Amino acid sequence: MAKSMQGDERFGLDKRVRLLGPVRLESGAEFAPVDFAYETYGSLNADKTNAILICHALTGDQYVASTHPVTGKDGWWTRMVGPGKPIDPARHCIISINVMGSCMGSSGPASLDPSTGGPYGMAFPVITIGDMVRAQAILLDHLDIPILSAVVGGSMGGMQALSWATLFPERVRCAVVIASTARHSAQNIAFHEVGRQAIMADPRWNNGAYYGREAPASGLAVARMAAHITYLSEAGLTEKFGRRLQNRPDGSMGAKSFGFDADFQVESYLRYQGLSFVDRFDANSYLYITRAMDYFDLAEPHDGVLAKAFAATKARFCLISFDSDWLYPTSESRRIVHALNAAGAAASFVELSSPFGHDSFLLDAPEMNRIVDGFLRAGENL
Amino acid sequence: MLRSDLAIIARNVRSGSRILDVGCGDGQLMAALRDHKQVDARGLEIDPVNVATAVARGLSVVQGDADSDLVDYPDGCFDYVILSQTLQTTRRPDLVLDHMLRIGRQAFVSFPNFAQWRIRIAHMFGGQMPVTEQLPHRWYDTPNIHHVTIDDFRSFLKDRGVVVEGQWFLSGNRPRKKALANLMAEHAVFLLRQG
Repeated sequence: MAKSMQGDERFGLDKRVRLLGPVRLESGAEFAPVDFAYETYGSLNADKTNAILICHALTGDQYVASTHPVTGKDGWWTRMVGPGKPIDPARHCIISINVMGSCMGSSGPASLDPSTGGPYGMAFPVITIGDMVRAQAILLDHLDIPILSAVVGGSMGGMQALSWATLFPERVRCAVVIASTARHSAQNIAFHEVGRQAIMADPRWNNGAYYGREAPASGLAVARMAAHITYLSEAGLTEKFGRRLQNRPDGSMGAKSFGFDADFQVESYLRYQGLSFVDRFDANSYLYITRAMDYFDLAEPHDGVLAKAFAATKARFCLISFDSDWLYPTSESRRIVHALNAAGAAASFVELSSPFGHDSFLLDAPEMNRIVDGFLRAGENL
Repeated sequence: MLRSDLAIIARNVRSGSRILDVGCGDGQLMAALRDHKQVDARGLEIDPVNVATAVARGLSVVQGDADSDLVDYPDGCFDYVILSQTLQTTRRPDLVLDHMLRIGRQAFVSFPNFAQWRIRIAHMFGGQMPVTEQLPHRWYDTPNIHHVTIDDFRSFLKDRGVVVEGQWFLSGNRPRKKALANLMAEHAVFLLRQG
């Protein structure tokens, strides 16, 4: 019988805690103390075997299945997490942690440095996906969760799930890796560099020292616009916008302005995506997290042989890719599957069809839910 | 209830072994082997809907193509590699079989026998590509692009020096004797190893 979590202040919605750490960073530095912003849903069972960690993507957060405090929107993965969903608080103790480097309450460049009393800014250490995972392990120790029945994530969340299985093989029973990759490609890095340069070219960025002043919103908005294109597909954009023109402010319908207003609907959409993003995200966090993703190459510490990264793991893996995802295409998932096969790990893999590109994993995908549900239940029956 | 060729394979797989089921469909054989013989089963299947069903059954199945993806598996990593009713659908059955014998210590191969008498009669008297219960497709929509007979398969194995460690023949769901199998059997199941 599940033990009651009531009265245990460590569990629940919108939790914050400062832990001593330190996180031993891949750069060689140590980071302490470490702030964590996280949420939990459901209760840990008596033998502590039902914990599922959900890892978020680049601009995601801990609000997986509860209302976002800034935007007022529903959690970002309510299609996957919630009552009657594959990841269900009735069965699972679900933990979701804002990654280190982000800006929703966990330690990041906008956090206050206890040694100076001011924000870290660029004094925040450059971190890696592995560092994010090592930090998460410190929080799980604090929560007395020794074993994760599953680590689940899409995109950068999938990178964390892979890292969990390789850095803490004894703690992970299974990993669900959706629309992700085991390394950032030159093209991935190139797109991120465009975003970072847009931020750093904004004079308000001021070498990262803009806290308490105007933020580099134009630079961050451009970064988001460029990145957002990579989350969609050409077919998706064509279906949604085609070459359709905006209605003009003067009421004229769909005429060209012969200027540089947002004539096309797709321009207007991207501008909106950029502008709404700056209200909820910190530009320096964007720099740090994209850097962490660019540094990600699971095979690098293993002489470039990905299979060696999985040598110690006993976890079962489930990988899902989407055929229209050109950011982390199916070939990257297949590369992981190939390595898992070579390592003798139990791997499942499906490429699903969707017109919506990389973002497909966040959208309605009944087949994805069916697969994740069956995969997780199989682990629970072992 | 397993299809009869799968039942033969299931009966003859050692308990607790490691198997790769190539063209595993929705994982029926894998599930039976896992549940009744404590087998550590992995699957390869080309159809994403089948893969999803198999994974939802808790099986480890990878979406892929026998023709192109077997090359990714290391030597000798399975006790058995199973190919049931799939050989005749591959582009290069010879290379697929080579990989199976490399990856597994033994291989099960089952296929419909294109020399069974009903098929011979349909061909001889009908003058058309046979459409039977076992091979229900028409010539233009059949996935079976390399029809093979039991005698073809035997001489193929002999040429390649492959050792036959077991052979079973079926008509409908009934087992048949080895004698006249090429004429009488609808299905054949072979257990093979590298010579």
